Amino acid sequence: MNAIIFSALWGVILMLAGVFIKNKTSIRYLAIIGAALLILADVFELYHPETPIFHIDARNMLSFNVFGLEMNAIAFISTLLYFLLSSKDIEKVGSNVAEYFALIFFVLCGVAIVTSYSNLLMLFLGIEILSIPLFILTGSSKKNLKSNEASLKYFLMGAFSTGILLLGIAFLYGASKNGSFLIEDIGAGKNTPSPLMITGILLLAFSLSFKVSAAPFHFWTPDVYDGSPTVFTSFMATVVKGAAFVAFIRIFSNAFGDLQSKWELIIAIITASTLIIGNVTAVFQQSVKRMLAYSSIAQVGFMLFSILGLKFINTAQEGIALYITAYSLATVGLFAVLTKMNDHSLEGFNGLAKKQPLIAATSTVFLLSLAGIPLTAGFFAKYYMISAVMQLGKFYWLIILSLVCAAISVYYYFRIIQAMYFKEGAGTEVQFSELSPTFEALLVLVSAAIIVLGIKPDLLTNWLNLIYF
Amino acid sequence: MIPVLFITIPLIGGLLSYLLKSSGSAKNFSLLVSILILILALYGLSLDKDSSALKFNAEWLPALGSSFAVSLDGMSRILTLLTAISFPLIFISTYHKDYPHAKNFYALMLLSQAGLMGVFVATDALLFYFFWELALIPVYFLSSIWGGEKRIQATFKFFVYTFLGSLLMLIGILYLYYHTPDRSFALESFYKLRNTIGPKEQSWLFWPFFIAFAIKMPIFPFHTWQPDTYEQSPTAVTMVLSGVMVKMGIFGLMRWLAPVLPGGTWLWGDTASGLCIAGMIYASLIAIQQDDLKRMVAYSTIAHMGLMCLAVFATTATGMQGVMIQLFNHGINIIALWIVVELIERQLGTRKISELGGLAQKAPGLAILLVVVALANIALPLTNAFVGEFLMFSGIYTSTATTYNVVFTVTAGISIILSAVYMLNMIQKVFFGNTNALTVQAKDIKWNEKLALISIIILILLVGIYPKPALDMTKGSVDLILAKMNLKY
Repeated sequence: MNAIIFSALWGVILMLAGVFIKNKTSIRYLAIIGAALLILADVFELYHPETPIFHIDARNMLSFNVFGLEMNAIAFISTLLYFLLSSKDIEKVGSNVAEYFALIFFVLCGVAIVTSYSNLLMLFLGIEILSIPLFILTGSSKKNLKSNEASLKYFLMGAFSTGILLLGIAFLYGASKNGSFLIEDIGAGKNTPSPLMITGILLLAFSLSFKVSAAPFHFWTPDVYDGSPTVFTSFMATVVKGAAFVAFIRIFSNAFGDLQSKWELIIAIITASTLIIGNVTAVFQQSVKRMLAYSSIAQVGFMLFSILGLKFINTAQEGIALYITAYSLATVGLFAVLTKMNDHSLEGFNGLAKKQPLIAATSTVFLLSLAGIPLTAGFFAKYYMISAVMQLGKFYWLIILSLVCAAISVYYYFRIIQAMYFKEGAGTEVQFSELSPTFEALLVLVSAAIIVLGIKPDLLTNWLNLIYF
Repeated sequence: MIPVLFITIPLIGGLLSYLLKSSGSAKNFSLLVSILILILALYGLSLDKDSSALKFNAEWLPALGSSFAVSLDGMSRILTLLTAISFPLIFISTYHKDYPHAKNFYALMLLSQAGLMGVFVATDALLFYFFWELALIPVYFLSSIWGGEKRIQATFKFFVYTFLGSLLMLIGILYLYYHTPDRSFALESFYKLRNTIGPKEQSWLFWPFFIAFAIKMPIFPFHTWQPDTYEQSPTAVTMVLSGVMVKMGIFGLMRWLAPVLPGGTWLWGDTASGLCIAGMIYASLIAIQQDDLKRMVAYSTIAHMGLMCLAVFATTATGMQGVMIQLFNHGINIIALWIVVELIERQLGTRKISELGGLAQKAPGLAILLVVVALANIALPLTNAFVGEFLMFSGIYTSTATTYNVVFTVTAGISIILSAVYMLNMIQKVFFGNTNALTVQAKDIKWNEKLALISIIILILLVGIYPKPALDMTKGSVDLILAKMNLKY
């Protein structure tokens, strides 16, 4: 609860600050402080659930548990890192700096809701609060035609998927025994679900697949990620995607867990097509930004394994927490580097290792982690995902497919490494704008975190089992 | 504690050498580190095999049932010894070669040594997998940064092949892990599975492991990455690849496949042996046709590794002993061959056999040393390879695991004859005959190469004449593997 109220309040504060404070730097610091306080507020609630800062009776609409709060914390930490690495670039997007930061805090409010809802209406609200600021951020580069196009596309597709979500919720409401939106009422005692309920589950699965950009509902992703200002792409691809996944897991484990035999094949097919489409299409991209958009789809394919493995809730939750952390760290880092570059094509990376050895080395760690090479967090992330499905004792074809896809993913991630280390840069033009020592130090910190998690992933996973409510 | 030092010393040494200022000091420092490891390895040999200094176990991921468990048994000892000997030899023999950004080069070399050591000492499956990948990454960067013209494609193919193989192995490891009674990655727990996992599962589980190991060895038809990678890598890296890294495949087979899944190994033994045989003949025939020295040696490696793999599947005590000792022999012999190839290429700028000739007149010292090494490579009596190959042949011939033992022995024998053909052919064309405009400039070898080659030759003769210590050392491992494999459905 702390996080929901606090992020909304801080968003309002930032908006007002935009009126009174004209200095961009102070607004930036205000946002960074806000993100840090947000983490504190969330972690405080995690360790002291009995003494909330804000006393509000949620009337069963929300319920806070360790997993939700910790996923919040992961999202907020990623946001803080993102602010520290890229907030200067947010200033460059346009003149309304305070509004951009305010919108990001509103998104975080949506994140905190979708990780803790226990009523389908709150799911709907959370997803809307999450999405609407994003539509604006996507189109924030007003004079850029691609940004406008992306915003419109995102808005239209988003509206469409919200419609599907609402339809699904309505069906589930209709199918529940005494007309309830509560998660536990929906799934209770349904050994033989009605067709109405099955339809509801499928509609919900489809609209959430849209939010996490799983194939075949992914068509908006490359255009929106490519069109939006690069700084905001980074935020969308990490924090928002992670939150949508937690929403996905929450409803499928709490409400539809007993009906796994009914929906698992559909999810498996979605997973398989996401893996194939994401990985195969990424191979053909020439722009690194667009390649990362497809790679984010490909990574979703792996994350979906956690939905299939929900029967083993501990492995699934530990896995998704690790996956989202590993993926967010690497992606935030890579996008931060990309934002500083003038040239987003693959050739722009040629010879980077000679000019900027530190940036090249940290980017290599990020790419190795995304590819899932041991000694990086990405390896254990994939490990947990595969073992969640392995425990199920089914869908071995999916595991084999995911391995083939992991091998394909090496191809496009390593193309960047090859460009950085093994190819010569074309000219002497300045590739980077304003690299500060703090920026480089932060990148080193992020890659160190990735390596530490790659050696001792239980630092994170043990945290999930720390306390139970 | 010794196996931990095997991993940590090169790891820390590698990081330190990256931080050094000048390239020259990085070179000397890495040489020093590698000699330190060699001394440590020799000290390890002097210890009793039950000594507690040879084992180490620490908590790593208790929630997953994985621990940092390393130990040195006979098989690990001989392979870590090979690794420990190889690196100083490589550093000494390429001492005069100047690499751009040399400190990065030496740092990566030492990191790859840490990975290789880890593979050979790990007794925990997850840890083994970790090191298996860890050994690959520095080598990939070494070959891709300092390699030849077509290095990017060649090494990338190598990386994708081996990565796919290791992912398959990961599936196998995970499957076994979820069937262990105590949910543990320990080798001991894996050994318990051989009776609980049914023949049908063993039958398919054999393949994820075997393909991973076969890619590494490489066994036909998974070998296509190998000649290109060897050709394109800088020779020091090729020495690591063919001297030590390919041994990871055989090692994996003997430690993680045959004793863990004996049912699958018995079932598919003939098929795998057939692949080995096909690869041996095929690679030997191609080696005869090669004009490029590097490619010739690369194909000869495929043939030799095929023989070792064949002897493992023969499942006899003599054969296994032969393999163990041959792993070591082949490692040092092939490094000697690479030293010569490197020398010729550096002096004359070509590796084409057809462009060379009459080198013996200009470099008599080199010619003598090469002939000894080449004779060892074709397993002449008194050389180390004779001991290994004799044992392997006798193992294959007396094998009861297959009904085709005679066929296998005869075809393997043919490949040995073929290996004599290409080796002697190479010596004749490169070293004898008339000098030409190019080879007139050749000089005799320098002190460092002489030192490396002479130490190898001493080892060749030592093991060839008195192999007993090496055989005694590995006997325990052989007995263990055969005891675990002693299971028939």
